[in-house]
Amino acid sequence: MVARVYAWLDRRLGLTTIYSTTLDRKVPKVNWAFTLGSATLFLAVMQGVTGIFLTVYYVPHPEQAYDSVNYIMNEVAFGWLIRGVHHWGATLMVVTVFLHMLRTFFYGSYKYPREITWMTGVFLLLVTLGMGFTGYLLPWNQRAYWATTVGTSIAGTVPLVGPLVERILRGGEGLSALTLARFFSAHIWMLPVTLLALVGIHLYLVVRLGISHIPREGE
Amino acid sequence: MAGAEETGGLSRRKFVTGMLAVLGGTITAVIGLPAVGYLVAPALKRSPTDVWVPLGPVESIPIDQPTLFTFSRAERIGWETTATSYGMYVLRSPDERYRVLSNVCTHLACRVVWKDDPQDYTCPCHDGHFAKDGHVLSGPPPRPLQAVEHKVEEGILYVHLVEA
Repeated sequence: MVARVYAWLDRRLGLTTIYSTTLDRKVPKVNWAFTLGSATLFLAVMQGVTGIFLTVYYVPHPEQAYDSVNYIMNEVAFGWLIRGVHHWGATLMVVTVFLHMLRTFFYGSYKYPREITWMTGVFLLLVTLGMGFTGYLLPWNQRAYWATTVGTSIAGTVPLVGPLVERILRGGEGLSALTLARFFSAHIWMLPVTLLALVGIHLYLVVRLGISHIPREGE
Repeated sequence: MAGAEETGGLSRRKFVTGMLAVLGGTITAVIGLPAVGYLVAPALKRSPTDVWVPLGPVESIPIDQPTLFTFSRAERIGWETTATSYGMYVLRSPDERYRVLSNVCTHLACRVVWKDDPQDYTCPCHDGHFAKDGHVLSGPPPRPLQAVEHKVEEGILYVHLVEA
């Protein structure tokens, strides 16, 4: 029965082809460092799922943000778990993204024909850091508030456009409800959508080009 | 060497498939149950629907004179606290019986006020009038003022608040 349903779907969707091109593709003999990309993807999916769950209770408003996070941590069943995974997953994802980049760099995997994979990877690194930066403000506690004050004033030190960029990031002179709202929007919409698009290109290229082998002596 | 299938034992493939199913099921449960719990938790939490509120010592209540008691109760839902204010008229009779009436008009929920002249509860919104015992004298109210269940314990008058 299951086999017949699968055959019916396969004839129409080409499931076997998708499986064989994405998961059964030929790979050179590589080491564990080549799992860092998959680890990052797994963490990204985790962040997406736990993040969506957090929006069930979180409110991006100066008067309620802190209380709603407190509520998630102390009163909602498994709220501590969901937020804990999101919190530590964020840190871990920055680590795996960075190690993944180092692996790519040291094995020369960014070379022809994989330059675009590398370039999208660079933007993915930036988006990941942006996710970390915007997410840090959302609990609206002292640490979040002052970290964002410092972070946005660093943007203000850029010559000429700095003060303008700082005002745009903050949505005005200082940190306010506007800052919290725009960081929330960036954190749950703008950056994730960008991330999704870039991951799509990145993965398409990985499947299309295959992964590089470990460089041999003299290469 | 005879294969496991031929000897009637468990083949490696079947073992691996079975173990994967068990592991997959466990992982799904470990992740899925907290996820469901997280989503439904506030819905399963019930706040107490009734409470006895002390109004005060009965000896301080004037006899045969409707006296207004007001209080507010804060209810915390999620991370937000909402305060609701209540008003109750207490009529203490000389034989130590009490009548407690909600001051909410039964017409459109304005607050009624006791007037010594002409000795009735008047609703300022649509000129509803209620007698001392709460029944409608004139105006649009469809029902008498809501009588509130009460009790006296150790000289303290309590009223019973029941969530609508």
